[in-house]
Amino acid sequence: MSDEIEKAPSTQPATTGETAGVRRGMFGTQGSGDTSGYGGLVAPIVFPGQAERPYGGWFDLVADSLDGLLESVVIHRGEITFHVARGNLREALQKLRDEQRFEFCAGVSGVHFPDETGRELHAVYSLLSMTHNRRIRVETTTPDSDRHLPSCVAIYPTLDWHEREAWDFFGLLFDGHPALTRIQMPDDWPGHPQRKDYPLGGIPVEYKGGTVPPPDQRRSYN
Amino acid sequence: MSDAYASSTETSEGRVFTVGGQDWDQFTDELNPDASERVVVNMGPQHPSTHGVLRLILELEGETVTEARCGIGYLHTGIEKNMEFRSWVQGVTFCTRMDYLSPFFNEATYCLGVERLLDIEDDIPEKAQVMRVLLMELNRISSHLVCIATGGMEIGALTVMTIGFRERELILDLFELITGLRMNHAFIRPGGVAQDLPPGALDEIRSFVALMRKRLPEYAALCNANPIFKARLEGVGHLDLEGCLALGISGPVLRSAGYAWDLRKTSPYSGYQDYDFDVITWDTADAYGRFRVRLAEMEESLRIVEQAAARLAGLEGAPVMVADKKIAWPSQLAIGADGMGNSLDHIRHIMGESMEALIHHFKLVTEGFRVPAGQAYVPVESPRGELGAHVVSNGGTRPYRVHFRDPSFTNLQATSVMSEGGAVADVIVAIASIDPVMGGVDR
Repeated sequence: MSDEIEKAPSTQPATTGETAGVRRGMFGTQGSGDTSGYGGLVAPIVFPGQAERPYGGWFDLVADSLDGLLESVVIHRGEITFHVARGNLREALQKLRDEQRFEFCAGVSGVHFPDETGRELHAVYSLLSMTHNRRIRVETTTPDSDRHLPSCVAIYPTLDWHEREAWDFFGLLFDGHPALTRIQMPDDWPGHPQRKDYPLGGIPVEYKGGTVPPPDQRRSYN
Repeated sequence: MSDAYASSTETSEGRVFTVGGQDWDQFTDELNPDASERVVVNMGPQHPSTHGVLRLILELEGETVTEARCGIGYLHTGIEKNMEFRSWVQGVTFCTRMDYLSPFFNEATYCLGVERLLDIEDDIPEKAQVMRVLLMELNRISSHLVCIATGGMEIGALTVMTIGFRERELILDLFELITGLRMNHAFIRPGGVAQDLPPGALDEIRSFVALMRKRLPEYAALCNANPIFKARLEGVGHLDLEGCLALGISGPVLRSAGYAWDLRKTSPYSGYQDYDFDVITWDTADAYGRFRVRLAEMEESLRIVEQAAARLAGLEGAPVMVADKKIAWPSQLAIGADGMGNSLDHIRHIMGESMEALIHHFKLVTEGFRVPAGQAYVPVESPRGELGAHVVSNGGTRPYRVHFRDPSFTNLQATSVMSEGGAVADVIVAIASIDPVMGGVDR
């Protein structure tokens, strides 16, 4: 570890946004009698888009070593995300660990985007190189109809429980995992609770004559 | 068996015994006809020395553990899922409840992630930063105290437990004074902290530091060279640096293997680069080393608390929330005759003086602010290691997804490698040295 703290490059490369759906209305609510006209507004949901070369600093160095394996690179708020196809995931992680010294994996986190047809389920790996003090993200996607992706426990043994958690909560099937069983939910639990199509649940609560609906049925502003 | 509750039943898996608190010899004697068979012991999830609701499945040969597995999930409360149905600010109230021994770290990593997405990292007022550091370091001491206290209790050192909780109580009193709550504070908010330091808090902190400087050496005098303590801890739960990195272990366990990795130094947040403190390491990679690392880290935390208190003395009246009124929580709290509640001055302002302030208050409290789409991960060095929140926003007023990388969850994977081949009694020591908090493991 060096005494000088290596910061992420400060120059931000040019990016374009990636539209992933729309948001309607100004106030986020639906179904109320809006007479203002603002309820008809349509705003796109724009995720940070693909970055252009040069990425700046060590970002290019790491990207070079993944040449041919990358789908796209996103740089947002000084954090870099490498998008790889699931077929290339194992090779990419192996290279990052062995050649770029990303010794430490902080686990995998699932994200469910039901509107992204063909790439509904995302698996996001956070890697840290303690040697160079660099942190990156590697992201891969699977379609909801075929939720398989390769297990990387053989590369990062720490992923054992993290992959079990992603299976438990999102139904991601990590091929080659030594024992892909549920970890947080009971063994016989139906469904995968953190998917967007899984309801939060809850019952209305009566209090002093009024009724408070469960959180997922309250008025929301999203 | 003499104990009515300690009986055995035949099942399809073989004979299943329920063991109460009787002598182990008595149990193995009665087991003798089956002595050639392996014994699988199910320890927990309700067992006084499994650190909360942790279930251990141990395969034994005599007193030796041949295989150890963890069963977790008994404390799963769906905090991550719940946060997707609340506003960004309300999320703090949920995540503070995860790892209940280090609530400020849960709040801090979540808020740092949200602030990065909001792009207001540089706008957080200095006083809020210093207060965050102050609270986190006090919290580190209280968390390490519980680790040492319960770890001591589990090996029979009851005095360590009583004095550990005695000191922790003082810290909880400080938390109560500053945040109004002893646990689950929801005090660190996106944009700053919930409220200013109450009058007299700095004096309390200073007298606490002075007292701790006297009391911390008591732990060292009681334990460091205690032959019984050392005999139970030394060489137990061994995990070297290679094993730590492969299993993603961070925090005191990693530092006990000799690697001075501390996120406060390597990727400073909340202004940690401005404080003078050392990263503690040990070279034995065992439970005793982890105890010594934690003990010494408490002294370092005291140093940081002192420096933070000195800075706060010069920051009286400074803001503790970002200036951006589209993000900053509008309401202020104040102490009234019936305890803490909404500030009457604020209510007078919004109800009687300013229509715009009322609208702002209403919009921010009911709808909340929008966070630009994207994802962020800003880990912090919690008492147990790297704690990070993977925060995903789709531009709405609620988190699209928040995933917490909890160090207890990851570190607990080392149970097998730390305890296989050792004695049953050492399993307890190994787990206590990992210091898992099941609220964080199961979330």
